[in-house]
Amino acid sequence: MSLLDVQELSVVFTQRGREDVKAVDGVSFRVGAGEIVGVVGESGCGKSVTALALMGLLPEKGVVVKGRAEFDGMDLLALDQRTMRDLRGRELGMIFQDPLSSLNPVVPIGKQVTEVLTRHRGMANDVATKEAELLLDRVGIPDPRRRLKEYPHQLSGGMRQRALIAMAVACKPRVLIADEPTTALDVTIQAQILELLKELVHEDGTALIMITHDLGVVAGLCDTINVLYAGKVVESAPRKPLFATPNHPYTRGLLGSIPRLDSVRGEPLNPIPGSVRDLLPWAEGCAFAPRCERVIETCIEATPELLGGPHKYRCVNPVLGQSAGPEHLLEQE
Amino acid sequence: MTQLGKRKLEKLERLAELSAINAGERGESLWREAFKRLRRNPTAIIGAGILLLFILIAIIGPFFVPYDEKDTHWIGQVSARDNIIPGPSAQHWLGIDHNGRDEFSRMIVGAQNTLFVGVVATAIGLIFGCLLGGLSGAAFGLGGKRGRQLDNVLMRFVDMLLAMPSLLLAVSIVTILGPSLPTVIIAVGVIVIPTFARLLRGSMIAQASAEYVVAATSLGVSRRKIALTHILPNSAAPVIVQATLTLATAIIEVAGLSFLGLGNPDPSVPEWGTMLNDALQVFEFAPRLAVFPALGIIITALGFTLLGEAMREALDPKLRK
Repeated sequence: MSLLDVQELSVVFTQRGREDVKAVDGVSFRVGAGEIVGVVGESGCGKSVTALALMGLLPEKGVVVKGRAEFDGMDLLALDQRTMRDLRGRELGMIFQDPLSSLNPVVPIGKQVTEVLTRHRGMANDVATKEAELLLDRVGIPDPRRRLKEYPHQLSGGMRQRALIAMAVACKPRVLIADEPTTALDVTIQAQILELLKELVHEDGTALIMITHDLGVVAGLCDTINVLYAGKVVESAPRKPLFATPNHPYTRGLLGSIPRLDSVRGEPLNPIPGSVRDLLPWAEGCAFAPRCERVIETCIEATPELLGGPHKYRCVNPVLGQSAGPEHLLEQE
Repeated sequence: MTQLGKRKLEKLERLAELSAINAGERGESLWREAFKRLRRNPTAIIGAGILLLFILIAIIGPFFVPYDEKDTHWIGQVSARDNIIPGPSAQHWLGIDHNGRDEFSRMIVGAQNTLFVGVVATAIGLIFGCLLGGLSGAAFGLGGKRGRQLDNVLMRFVDMLLAMPSLLLAVSIVTILGPSLPTVIIAVGVIVIPTFARLLRGSMIAQASAEYVVAATSLGVSRRKIALTHILPNSAAPVIVQATLTLATAIIEVAGLSFLGLGNPDPSVPEWGTMLNDALQVFEFAPRLAVFPALGIIITALGFTLLGEAMREALDPKLRK
């Protein structure tokens, strides 16, 4: 039984005098309690917009959100702002990419953490302060009592992200959305933060939606992975099969473009040619076709469907068989 | 221990000292950091020095003035027919004015009145401007469609105030309410309202789309709380700078209104602008009576301006190292 069931989510940005932009185009996925689902893709593929749409944080003006996101018998996308405000922070938590700009620079950390506790758990200020101390301790911030009085710029990047996580999990939300939580951090800190997220998910039974462009992150963390391209899911599979046998050329390209330690020195890296801008509208065939090396006639005739069993892919000329890609990523766990 | 070892040890100790100093500085807010930058800025020191002197004189001075500032005791020494007004002497440091009063005492008490007028006028502008601008900015940034409508109404009102030339507006207000000291204060306060309102609104709207506001929203924090505890403190810096600069212009504006004869109708109460206007009658043979209050106004305004500019620099995140 899934906790959050996203069906055919689409987000269109409209602006007068310009063509509509389909940022997210019929994305569906499910997350169960204690499960980690990855949403992977390049910049501009609609990952963050998906997250913001689920949280109801997109601006009202010029944005059309369609589809359903069933949570606890409610459709998150159809709820009014008042109910959403009550759910946010209590049932739905979100962790942002840049911890520095996501923390208020002129308010001490402690006050920012207690704010959530007083809002949703109705705690008095002194009780909330004690709880905040425990929370900071739980996310691994040393000397939490002192840190409560400090301002965001006095904390290191890793500690800031921990503080943000503490705020997001303060009320033990049932669904947690992490929008590239490790992008702004260096690698050693990344590993710590991922480990922390994993712990929190296991302890509280939280459903985690992990949004990232880093395949290394999903390899070590996620149960199921959705690869997004130009607003559509192009491949969706449990972790192991996805890394072992990526069927969509795009997934394969993503995996192939990771530099490998065991490749010969001087050997060129394998980027995917072009950028997300070189896309075909999905209505006129596969959006990835202009960049795909396996492109055939049928690719530009009709929109391919997302087909298959647990391992689904959206391609008419898929790569079948074993991956040349970096299975070693899986060994990171 | 070898020479090298000793030097290494010294260096380590020095490092430990430095880090101890840094550790002692923890728990500082942006404001305190700005204050630290301010202290290193010579412009700020000069401005603050001038202002400190001015405020000290204005507050403590009147208790120590040698004579009553309204006492026309020395009128016998003034001869209107021969245009004789005694200049500075040991007894009267700045001489006697054309009504036989001690000019030094009048300048000191005048400082107090001038400061009072400037501060109250600025406070009026600051309070009402911030109420208008804060409400408007919060409504525009967080209130959705209805909020934008409210903002529109409020801002058109502010635009109306802004559209009128400030001195003309002040003169109209004084003419309607009748010249008196409170009226002048209100008039000067009203003409600075739009500046504060616009400034705070703009600053708040800029902050409303900041990422930490989205983050706070994602935690379910109420809109009122976001506006008050998140957006407002981050938008306050330009307003505070503007308040300091406005103190300077307020004093000048008040002096200007007094000079036009729209100030306090009782000329025996010294206020630098009124004194300046009063001295005009005898300007040809006793220019010093105009020079002293004019200098007072200029130096004070300079002090406020220097400090205000230095604060602007200290609080500007782009200029921060």
